[in-house]
Amino acid sequence: MTTPTPQDLIIIGNGMVGHHLVEQLVERGSVDHFRITVFGEERHPAYDRVHLSEYFSGRDAADLALGEADFYATHDITLRLGEAVSRIDRENREVVTDQGRYRYDSLVLATGSYPFVPPIPGAETGQPNRLVYRTLDDLDTIRAAATDARRGVVVGGGLLGLEAANALKSLELEAHVVEFAPRLMPVQLDDQGGTALREKIEELGVGVHLNRATTEITAGDDYRYRMTFQDGEYLETDLIVFSAGIRPQDTLARECRLEIGERGGIVIDDECRTSDPEIFAIGECALWDNRIFGLVAPGYTMARCAADALSGPFRGPEPAGERFAGADMSTKLKLLGVDVGSIGDAHGTTDGAISYRYSDEATCVYRRLVVSGDGKRVIGAVLVGDNASYDTLLQYAQNGIALPADPASLILPSVEGAPTLGADALPEGATICSCHNVTKGKICETIDAGACDLGAIKSETKASTGCGGCTALLKSVVDHELEARGVEVDHSICEHFTHTRQELYSIVRVEGIKTFSELIEKHGASSTPSLGSSSAPKLGSSSAPILGCDICKPAVASILASCFNEPITDAAHVPLQDTNDTFMANMQKNGTYSVVPRIPGGEITPSKLRVLGEVGEKYGLYTKITGGQRVDLFGARLEQLPDIWSELIAEGFETGHAYGKSLRTVKSCVGSTWCRYGVQDSVGMAIYLENRYKGLRSPHKIKFAVSGCTRECAEAQSKDVGVIATENGWNLYVCGNGGMRPRHGELFATDLDDEALIRTIDRFLMFYVRTADRLQRTSVWRENLEGGLDYLKDVVIDDSLGLGEELESQMRHVIGSYECEWANALDDPEKLKRFRSFVNDSRPDPDIIVTEERGQLRPA
Amino acid sequence: MTAATAQDQTMTQTWQPLCTKADLVAHSGVAAWTETPEGPVQVAVFYLPGQATELFAVDHHDPFSDANVIARGIVGDIQGEPVVASPIYKQHFRLKDGQCVEDEAVRLRCWPLRFDGERVLIDLG
Ligand code: SRM
Ligand SMILES: Cc1cc2nc3c(=O)[nH]c(=O)nc-3n(C[C@H](O)[C@H](O)[C@H](O)COP(=O)(O)OP(=O)(O)OC[C@H]3O[C@@H](n4cnc5c(N)ncnc54)[C@H](O)[C@@H]3O)c2cc1C
Ligand code: SF4
Ligand code: FES
Repeated sequence: MTTPTPQDLIIIGNGMVGHHLVEQLVERGSVDHFRITVFGEERHPAYDRVHLSEYFSGRDAADLALGEADFYATHDITLRLGEAVSRIDRENREVVTDQGRYRYDSLVLATGSYPFVPPIPGAETGQPNRLVYRTLDDLDTIRAAATDARRGVVVGGGLLGLEAANALKSLELEAHVVEFAPRLMPVQLDDQGGTALREKIEELGVGVHLNRATTEITAGDDYRYRMTFQDGEYLETDLIVFSAGIRPQDTLARECRLEIGERGGIVIDDECRTSDPEIFAIGECALWDNRIFGLVAPGYTMARCAADALSGPFRGPEPAGERFAGADMSTKLKLLGVDVGSIGDAHGTTDGAISYRYSDEATCVYRRLVVSGDGKRVIGAVLVGDNASYDTLLQYAQNGIALPADPASLILPSVEGAPTLGADALPEGATICSCHNVTKGKICETIDAGACDLGAIKSETKASTGCGGCTALLKSVVDHELEARGVEVDHSICEHFTHTRQELYSIVRVEGIKTFSELIEKHGASSTPSLGSSSAPKLGSSSAPILGCDICKPAVASILASCFNEPITDAAHVPLQDTNDTFMANMQKNGTYSVVPRIPGGEITPSKLRVLGEVGEKYGLYTKITGGQRVDLFGARLEQLPDIWSELIAEGFETGHAYGKSLRTVKSCVGSTWCRYGVQDSVGMAIYLENRYKGLRSPHKIKFAVSGCTRECAEAQSKDVGVIATENGWNLYVCGNGGMRPRHGELFATDLDDEALIRTIDRFLMFYVRTADRLQRTSVWRENLEGGLDYLKDVVIDDSLGLGEELESQMRHVIGSYECEWANALDDPEKLKRFRSFVNDSRPDPDIIVTEERGQLRPA
Repeated sequence: MTAATAQDQTMTQTWQPLCTKADLVAHSGVAAWTETPEGPVQVAVFYLPGQATELFAVDHHDPFSDANVIARGIVGDIQGEPVVASPIYKQHFRLKDGQCVEDEAVRLRCWPLRFDGERVLIDLG
């Protein structure tokens, strides 16, 4: 059999879609059948135009490049950058550039589009004020024009115009948007949506001028230019960017007489062939069913269709290639930091369409849901100010999922019980990533073929590597599918124990096990011989003991401490601790430590404050007030810690457990002692609580706060335990969290007297210590607690499990055995030996280098 | 630093005294200075009583954080192989050869150790 001679394939345009076509041909193995030449007018190889604006926020051309630098060379593809095609000679099947003529058998036009600049006197081609926003070179030009400029105007209030306005803002110009239509984003938004968006954008300091057609641009008085509008009003500016829409780049096709749409665009069929079957057109230059698609996802679909059609002759009869069938133009964007979403028939123009609207003028949030006349399906939506419901609504729209009984619930602010569309409710065919046409079914297949984490699924399917709009949805589908396949069914804490933290906790309590070595000996999972090892199975206990690891060791150390409260620096426990617990200080990035003495309730005498100053000064420590109402001294070297602590302890300080998974701080407000509104002594209560629970080791850190009245100056509702004074006593809030995922505490009990308050907290904390996972804050624990808050109340307040007395007595034991661990260590020369930077040399580590900043030392 | 005695020199060229057994912390690490032919080096010394190999020495310098902290990591095992977890960004290093488990391209140097009575000797050869 003879190998057919390869055919010449020429691709004009090395933009996003042209590049995708090449990738698709490579994927299909069709590159062997073609000699491929790609012409790109720009000097950069294909880059991510969707994220073009990030060029102004730190990404350079290399970061934005699509694919690996050697991709074309590896596959023997000729890439001719900076060489524009000036003519297509269909008769001779040649394309012409200023460097030569090139023959083709097949030709693909992927020439994209160009920004439309309205014909305004003063903005003619060649004028320096005629800036556009499309290519990397355009951005360089804008950046140059912005030097010494104060104000910039964008003509056009569509999606790209607003993005350009944001770019002007990031160049520190006063930005304005001039729009011809009566609202912003006229294509995607309705009137109310446009109004909400306008308000949000004006809040950000961007000027919005609607109903304005520019009639002339002349020299300005106060700025470089003056733009005069149809009504005689004018606006002066130093810089003008035109973003008044895009036009398909169809000149080459027009000149060689391919069929062109009435308003431009190269006419294509479902295979993306133009009126000349050897010539294809894809991306923004192509016109399908009289429509141009100005988004990357439909362009990628066209690239796939064209790749299938081009590969057809080499592929054999099956399966049929993909055919372009139109595309969904739904978009989800963040413009100037404002969420904007538009789905399907956003304007509700379909016959009989019914709309639901929700609008919150205080926060400028607007949502509109467009439902089919029979009330059964979502056909469109507009979202401004909050895109949280976008994914759900898009899935309803794309998959024709039946609406809930009350469709409005889909756009109302989420209240308890609002129906959300779980990943499980999506049909197999649901498109998760439209850029790369990845369905839920495809994701399931990939998982079944062995991909077992998000990263693997992304690299396998390319999902979420295009516009990025599907990231959140992809993650929830993947998580859900993995879970459904039991991937997470393994709740073992690590390879050394098949137990959960809760199970280990009860083993320790029930069997009275007091050391890690005893626990791992009795209950550890025997270490599995690694795959492919030829050794016989291990017999008896002759093999070396299993060591455990950095997951189970600290977890067990914490359980032992919660149960028996022996000093964590005792010989049996010290090798289990994280470095912070081992040295009772927090390790910093240069290997030094920070020192945080306890300052209960944030109350401190002037003389103790002075001591902190003196110690900081003596040891050259960087001193900072923490977010927890106390003082942190940073930069202590390991060997300095014992000296620093003996000075602090001599002055009455104790360890602050800033390093431990244990009680951190009890924040207080000044309360009734001084404050004119205070109704209880919040400082007194905070100090009492801090002293009561200090040293309690728990699954994660615990933070409290006590406020003297409902004004809540101590922010108690963001703490694990929050106490707020009332006329009659205390209200108790639990399971709040600041940090990464803030959560409001929930009201747990009201008007408690001191005694009831403390009993309730004792039980609550111990129940948490017993049942939470490792490193699970009370907030996450509470969210995973079956039965929720009611169950927690039953157990803690109504004692439904009859555990109350036991929990309280456990707490009494911990409180009774409290001892400042620094004082304990300072009494023991064996323990202090550990605080040497080097066992054979007393000089400090020469690699710790500091420099001065604002009068203090910091790591160099 | 303790100087090498004449006896060590005759025993072998490369075994040098490093510290004493009492300096070590069972199931954990300590740091020590040593003189190698390339200059002074900080080594992290781990003592795992009961294991097939009881003593390990690897670089104390953590290549990920650029701080000298490896001796202060938690010792454990992955599939039976002793490892130490960096206390800063938690990468694991195999004690027997210094190989980083998370990044094939990163490896700590390592040196053989042995007891000589109460002394700990390091082989710098
Ligand atoms: C020093 C301090 C920042 C400051 O200069 O103000 C600080 C510093 C650290 N925080 Fe924090 N946090 C500090 C107050 C806070 C607060 C504010 C507060 O407590 O009111 C929060 C939010 C409140 C909350 O926790 O709900 C906070 C939320 C976090 C989180 C996120 C926790 C979460 O549940 O999302 C972490 C990471 C973690 O724990 O996994 C963290 C972790 C850390 C670590 C331990 C990170 C690390 O591993 O190096 C920092 C080391 C402390 C050190 O070296 O001394 N820090 N951190 C504050 C010490 C307070 C104190 O006196 O003890
Ligand atoms: C700022 C900005 C933000 C955007 N944001 C989004 C978004 O969030 N989501 C989304 O889906 N889409 C977005 N888009 C649109 C998206 O970038 C386009 O849909 C996509 O780039 C179209 O790809 P294309 O290959 O058809 O055109 P292009 O990427 O424009 O590529 C065409 C290439 O062909 C070259 N060319 C033209 N004529 C010739 C010739 N005669 N000879 C040689 N080369 C030639 C051009 O120089 C150009 O490099 C955005 C666009 C911009 C500008
Ligand atoms: S919470 Fe109330 S009592 Fe406390 S400081 Fe604020 S206003 Fe005063
Ligand atoms: S939808 Fe664009 S990356 Fe998935």
